[in-house]
Amino acid sequence: MATDTTVSKHHDTHTHDEDAWSGGKQPFKASYGKLMMWYFLLSDAFTFAGFLIAYGTLRFSSPTWPVPDFVFSTAPFGIHGAPLIFVTIMSFLLIISSVTMVRGVQEGHRENKNGVVFWMFLTILGGAGFLGCQAWEWTNLIAVEHMSVTRNPFGTHTIDGTYLNIDGSLSSSEEAKFKAGESYLIHKSGHAPEWESEENTFLTEANKMIDAKNMAAIPVGGVDFPGFKLDEKGFIHRKFTAADGVSSMQSWGPKAFGALFFFITGFHGFHVFSGVVFLIIIMLNAASGLYVKRKNGYEMVEKIGLYWHFVDLVWVFVFLVFYLL
Amino acid sequence: MANTDYSAAVSGVYKGMILLGVVTLIEVGVSLFGKGHLGIDPSPYTWILVLVAIALIVLSLYKAYYIIYEFMHMGHEVQGLRMSVLLPCLLLVWAIIAFFHEGDAWKNRRDDIQERNNFEIQDTPSPQGMIYYHDWDNLG
Repeated sequence: MATDTTVSKHHDTHTHDEDAWSGGKQPFKASYGKLMMWYFLLSDAFTFAGFLIAYGTLRFSSPTWPVPDFVFSTAPFGIHGAPLIFVTIMSFLLIISSVTMVRGVQEGHRENKNGVVFWMFLTILGGAGFLGCQAWEWTNLIAVEHMSVTRNPFGTHTIDGTYLNIDGSLSSSEEAKFKAGESYLIHKSGHAPEWESEENTFLTEANKMIDAKNMAAIPVGGVDFPGFKLDEKGFIHRKFTAADGVSSMQSWGPKAFGALFFFITGFHGFHVFSGVVFLIIIMLNAASGLYVKRKNGYEMVEKIGLYWHFVDLVWVFVFLVFYLL
Repeated sequence: MANTDYSAAVSGVYKGMILLGVVTLIEVGVSLFGKGHLGIDPSPYTWILVLVAIALIVLSLYKAYYIIYEFMHMGHEVQGLRMSVLLPCLLLVWAIIAFFHEGDAWKNRRDDIQERNNFEIQDTPSPQGMIYYHDWDNLG
């Protein structure tokens, strides 16, 4: 690279077009690697945009959609009913890791090897922390709330109404009343969340009733109880009376939600994961002194920095589309 | 000279961190307000919900601008590089308009089908002894 700079100086003074073919002249005053990283990121941006636009299209096409502040309201250590708090922490992790990345690039420009390694290490910690949070979020959605690519237990009421009690009578509890647009979660039989609420008392009672039936397997078509219906897969659909007097029960939410959530946040998480892997490789290379020899201001750190900021950039939009709107 | 440049750049980065953090907190606050978690329920007022959505989108675009221009140093690249990366993104404007319109059309079509499925053919003969059908062609 040291020779490159002298060559390009030579070309600046004699600008003949034929010389451009012999190399050494940088279009847009950026190195080949940096320029190609920008174009790769542009193409990746289109992939993510395609996914997020698909989400928007399906959301527009659906009469109801799970309210994100209801779906994403749990956090580790038994925290529940805390909308968006956990994902805000995840966002902060990515922002902070972006900042430590910029610091690493700055130290690279000063050819400060220890500084580069130190700040890259902090960046890796931030990325790994984000992945850990995402793993918890997915585990909670899959194992506790039973969402899958083809099943969305988060439904939304389309009309005001009141839930029935376990014995089939109309509940008089304020907590059992709901309004149109409110979301609910269809629970699987076998366990009920521990905190105190009208719904959890109902679920505990429902589980007792199901156990008392002592079924070897749930018959085809499910089992009808006074206050709820147990479907073939073991999910409890609560019955309610709508404001217009019609009796009904909880139905599944729009199916596309699960697939969109897992594919889009999964694709982003995969970017974070591969980013962490590349950060580790480049940090080790930097520590070994490889980039000292190149004397190009740690350009490789700058390139992985671009990629890492892009991952943060995509999260800005995933955060907007999935959690905020 | 080089040293003051460096310390200015370093303090600029931390300013950026605080800026992005504050904007994120504002976004979360605005979103929670829009969903009625902050004591007031704005759901009967559509115009407030539209304003909330616009505010969230504008704040996110500002964050994106800041990350690209400051953290990714796009502000320091030459005009040609900047335009060759940023201008193609304008294609997405049409993609968003077209696909969201399409999504909305699907929904209207579904509602229409739902409405028509709910029509029942009266099985009791009308007084004239004729079977009465709803006028399917004039549903509006």
